[in-house]
Amino acid sequence: MADPFIRLSGVRKIYRRGRQEHLAISDATFDVMPGELVALVGPSGCGKSTLLKILAGLHPHDGGEVHIGSATHPFNPARDVGMVFQAPLLLKWRRILENVLLPAEILGMPAAEARERARGLLALVGLTGYEDKYPYELSGGMQQRAAIARSLIHDPKLVLMDEPFGALDALTREKMNLELLRIWKEAGKTIVFVTHGISEAVFLGTRVVVLTAGPARMADNFEIGLPYPRTLDMKTHERFGDYTRRVYRLLGME
Amino acid sequence: MNETLQRYTLAVAAHIALIFAWYLFVKLGNVPKFVMPSPGATLDALLQPNYNWWWNVGVTGTEIFAGYFLALVVGVALALVFTWSKALESFFMPLLVSLNMIPKVALGPLIIVWFKYGMFPNSLMAFSICVFPILLTTARGLREVEPELLDLVRSLKGSRWQVFAKIQLPGALPYIFSGMKVAAILAVAGAIVGEFLGSDKGLGYLMLQVQVTLDTPAMFMAVIMITLIGMLLYGLVLLLERWLVVQDARVE
Repeated sequence: MADPFIRLSGVRKIYRRGRQEHLAISDATFDVMPGELVALVGPSGCGKSTLLKILAGLHPHDGGEVHIGSATHPFNPARDVGMVFQAPLLLKWRRILENVLLPAEILGMPAAEARERARGLLALVGLTGYEDKYPYELSGGMQQRAAIARSLIHDPKLVLMDEPFGALDALTREKMNLELLRIWKEAGKTIVFVTHGISEAVFLGTRVVVLTAGPARMADNFEIGLPYPRTLDMKTHERFGDYTRRVYRLLGME
Repeated sequence: MNETLQRYTLAVAAHIALIFAWYLFVKLGNVPKFVMPSPGATLDALLQPNYNWWWNVGVTGTEIFAGYFLALVVGVALALVFTWSKALESFFMPLLVSLNMIPKVALGPLIIVWFKYGMFPNSLMAFSICVFPILLTTARGLREVEPELLDLVRSLKGSRWQVFAKIQLPGALPYIFSGMKVAAILAVAGAIVGEFLGSDKGLGYLMLQVQVTLDTPAMFMAVIMITLIGMLLYGLVLLLERWLVVQDARVE
C-alpha cells in the first residue's frame, strides 16, 4: 500500500467577523491516495469550498494538520494545483487556446511547448477545432471543458474542482460526469471534487466524504465499491442506491 | 451587411436633412445673416484669411488632446494605485468624489490666476473635467474581477503584476473605454470654456472676437469646427476600442 497523497487530520477552520466566530469546518480527517477521485459532498454552507481552498493553499487553517505530497508523489504547492470552479471563468478577451495557456504564462513555462500541450488537452476534453473561438461562442458545457483543460495545462498533481457542473443543465451534467471520468483516467490526476449532488458524488468518486452543515463537521468517509469505467446503467444498480441512501441518511434527508 | 449599409445610409441622410432644413429655414424665413447664416454663408466664413482658421483649430485641438491624454494617464494610474492599496483608496476616494462635485467650470478663473492664460491652463481645464469619469470607471473596472479568478492566480503563486496585466487591466478595458467616451465629450467643453475665460488664441477665443463684430457665420463655423474636433477624438476612441476590446466584452 502506497503512502497517501493528501493527509488531513483534525482540520479546523474558524471565520471571524468582528467578535463573532463561525466554525466553518471542525475536525476534517481523511486521506486521499494518489490518483484517487474523492468527492466531497454536503449541503451549501458546510465548508466544502473552504476545505478546497485550504487544500489549494489559499486559506490558512486554524487547527489540525494538512499534508500534501508523499515520497513517491512529491508536491510543489506553487505549481501542482489545478482549479476548476462552478463558473468557467474564462477570460472573455482571450481565445480558447489562450485561455488554456493562462496558468502556463503565470508559471513562465516555455511558450511553444505549452501551446503544443494546450492543443493536446483541448483534444482530450473534446474541443478540437475550437482553439481560436472566443468563450462567448461556446456553450456552458464547452466552456467548462475548456476550464478543465486550463486546470491541466501545467501538469499539476492535484486538481481541485468546486461544483464544476453545478451550473449546467441535467443532461449536460450527466455527459460531463462521464467525460470527467474519462479525462481523469487518461490524465491520471488526483482529483478532489466538491458537489452538493449526492448521486453525482457516488457516481464519480472512488471515495465519498460527507460533510454536514450547522454544525459543520465531517460525517462520513467511505469507499465506493463500484468498478470503473462507470456507466450510467450503474445508477440503477442496487449498490448505487445503497450508497446514495447512506449519504441521504447522513444529511438528514431520510 | 445589408442592414449595416442601411443604417449608415440613414445616418448620413439624417445629417443632410438637417443641413437642408437649416437652409430652408433661413431662405424661406428671410432670416437676417447676423441672426442665423445659411449653410453657404457659414462655409464662406472659412475664406476670411485673418481668422486663421487652421491655426486656431490646431490650438484648440492640441489643448483638447493634451488635456485628454493627461487625464487618461493620471486617471488610470490613480485607479491602479487605489486597487493596490485599500488604505489609499479609503482615504482618497471619498475626497475625490467630493472634488468631483465641484463644477470644474468654476475653477476656470482660479486656473487663470494660477497659470496665467494660454494653452496650458486650457488643457488643465480639459484635464480637470475629464479625469474623474476616467478614474471612476477604471477603478470600478479594476475592482470588478471574479474573486475566484484571483484564487486561480494565487494558487499558482502569481504576482500582483501578473494579476494586473493578465486579468485586471484587460478586464477593465471595457469600463475604461466607457469612461473615455464620456470624457471625450467633456474634454472639448473644458478646453472651450478655458478659451472663453481667458485666452489669446483658439476657436473659443475666435468666437469671442467675432461676436463683437456680429460675424455670426464665423461663430457658426467655429462651433462646427469644435464639434468636428470632438468627433475626431470620439472616433479615435471608438476605433481604439474596436481594436483592443473583444466585441462580446464591450460595455455599451
